[in-house]
Amino acid sequence: MDMFVLQMFNGLSISSILLLIALGLAVTFGLMNVINMAHGELIMIGAYATYVTQNLFISYAPAAWFEVYFIVALPIAFGVAALIGWLLEVILIRHLYGRPLDSLLATWGVGMMLQQLARTIFGAPNVGVSSPSWLNGGLAISDGIVFPYKRIFIIALVAVVLLCMYLYIYRTSSGRRMRAVMQNRSMAGCLGISTRRVDGMTFAIGSGIAGIAGCALTLIGPIGPSLGTYYIVDAFMVVVLGGVGKLVGTVCGALGIGMFNTLFETYTSASIGKVLVFVCIVAFLQWKPRGLVAMRTRSLD
Amino acid sequence: MKKRSVRLWGILLGAVIALTGCVEGGTPPETSNSGGTGEVAASDETIKVGILHSLSGTMAISEVSVKDAEMLAIEEINAAGGVLGKQIEPVIEDGASDWPTFAEKAGKLLQQDKVAAVFGGWTSASRKAMLPVFEQNKGLLFYPVQYEGLESSPNIFYTGATTNQQIVPSVTWLLENRGKTFYLLGSDYVFPKTANQVIKAQLAAEGGEVVGEEYTPLGHTDYSTIISKIKAAKPDVVYNTLNGDSNVAFFKQLKDAGITSEQMTTLSVSVAEEEIRGIGADVLKGHLASWNYYQTTDTPENKTFVEKYKEKYGADRVTADPIEAGYVAVYLWKAAVEKAGSTDVEKVREAAKGLEFDAPEGKVTVDGENQHIYKTVRIGEVQEDGQFKELWNSGSPVKPDPYLKTYEWGASLSNQ
Repeated sequence: MDMFVLQMFNGLSISSILLLIALGLAVTFGLMNVINMAHGELIMIGAYATYVTQNLFISYAPAAWFEVYFIVALPIAFGVAALIGWLLEVILIRHLYGRPLDSLLATWGVGMMLQQLARTIFGAPNVGVSSPSWLNGGLAISDGIVFPYKRIFIIALVAVVLLCMYLYIYRTSSGRRMRAVMQNRSMAGCLGISTRRVDGMTFAIGSGIAGIAGCALTLIGPIGPSLGTYYIVDAFMVVVLGGVGKLVGTVCGALGIGMFNTLFETYTSASIGKVLVFVCIVAFLQWKPRGLVAMRTRSLD
Repeated sequence: MKKRSVRLWGILLGAVIALTGCVEGGTPPETSNSGGTGEVAASDETIKVGILHSLSGTMAISEVSVKDAEMLAIEEINAAGGVLGKQIEPVIEDGASDWPTFAEKAGKLLQQDKVAAVFGGWTSASRKAMLPVFEQNKGLLFYPVQYEGLESSPNIFYTGATTNQQIVPSVTWLLENRGKTFYLLGSDYVFPKTANQVIKAQLAAEGGEVVGEEYTPLGHTDYSTIISKIKAAKPDVVYNTLNGDSNVAFFKQLKDAGITSEQMTTLSVSVAEEEIRGIGADVLKGHLASWNYYQTTDTPENKTFVEKYKEKYGADRVTADPIEAGYVAVYLWKAAVEKAGSTDVEKVREAAKGLEFDAPEGKVTVDGENQHIYKTVRIGEVQEDGQFKELWNSGSPVKPDPYLKTYEWGASLSNQ
């Protein structure tokens, strides 16, 4: 029983992490159709932004403030990653719209450059990010069941990010412009929307969310130059399984993969569990090539 | 005008990307077979040696500092007059955490650069990939990391521990001091799998029990399910053979799941001072490791070694077992070359037999039979400052026994 409850929670927790890393990709890949192989490196940038923030707090702020550094690091990670994403869009990706293979190769190259840059600046070994003490430990339900606070925090964070994204895309005028451009670029342009500016903005938001994911990942894993490469495949998997272009699809994709991964891993091993998940995804995409939630637009017909 | 400059930027960026691509790809090994014998090949002034480690990729976390230690040794030797009156000229190559790249670069170093010896490798996979290259080209490799044993090549000197100098004594110690039930957790490749074969054979012979065994891919970062399984199995000891970055995720999540070192011991064989820096000493406090050397090891040689290392690379840097083994390797090679009076591989091998050196870990001796070295075994506990406190040591250097011939239960293993 303990095992079952714990595994349900673990599944939910893995799903939330998958969702967080895939959300940014859902914007850049799902909405803009840009295969951004440097997405993992934007996650890494978010993680290093957190590390730098932590060090600034240790060096310059009163010791008592350290407890809140993580809250400050979240917007900083978002901002830094968004800025670099925006620069990437203006300098490189803008010239490659409609050429998915070219953008794949170019962003892959950028990803390698960013990794090497991080290695030059921060060194090859991992850096340590210590979490604030209020995130240490866990919620003990019973003797055998402990829900780590960090995982609860990440689940809550994902919920907040998701809500913000929903509000932005569906409830603000700039979000409406974004949807208009993604659905019919030339018509939106005719109606006076600066499609270039919207593209840059959208890409920056997707990158910023990757930054937040990086910030959250400092709580659970290693922070090194190759951080992003661990997660990039999972992120694409979630978006493709969920169905390109729909937020709901990304949520379903993350939940599905996270839960099944945990389930398979419980009864087999980590490697075989992952293989089984891949097999299921391949089989599912045979049956429904457009993923769980297919977008109904004319452009796809 | 604006548009043009943007396009220019694009082209420039493209060019840079293309260039980095070329560099990453590396130069193919020279095909002209000159049958390099390792004879002094460089100019009259210098002797070339190769340094071949992962400076990028998942293993860079560990291997970069070993490269640093080897460079330090070379610098010291050069400052003291070099080898045979010649300066050592290091040729550094990046194995990029990729086994075929290691083989390719090893070929390049031997055939193109004609180096007298190569210092390099970390994972067993990289060593296994390089081994045939060194045997075919009659080269000489100094391998600085503890490994799973069951191997000895005339073209390799092993300056890290083999199983009977690290794993076997630690299992015995754990059985005596911590309990009988073991959970084996490792990365999914040759070292952890072979190491666990050895551990299982030993536990079966010495009255221990394996209650679980898990392997995760290199770079794996979510250990929540495995921690649930460990909780359910309630072992006395988790024997950890995870390699690289995975250790960070595992220990952080273990702590958050509410498991402390008091409730359950973990003993790691790939977590040293360098890794503690990335994981956090507060997370690892109280957990154990088995090595031959710690930064805190109390010898006069170690004091100077740590001082010099910090002076060169920064006060926040730490030394660790493989770092020391890499440093010692360069000195052992120097001593052998001077004894032989030549850099010819055959002569150096012959001269190295029984060679002694006062290393930071204490006296080490080269075993003439299997080209491993005698090393003292030490079990350490992680302290708050990220350093180890020695709980136990073997007293004197242990004779290397890579095929575990001296153990009754080892007979079945060496036949594999």
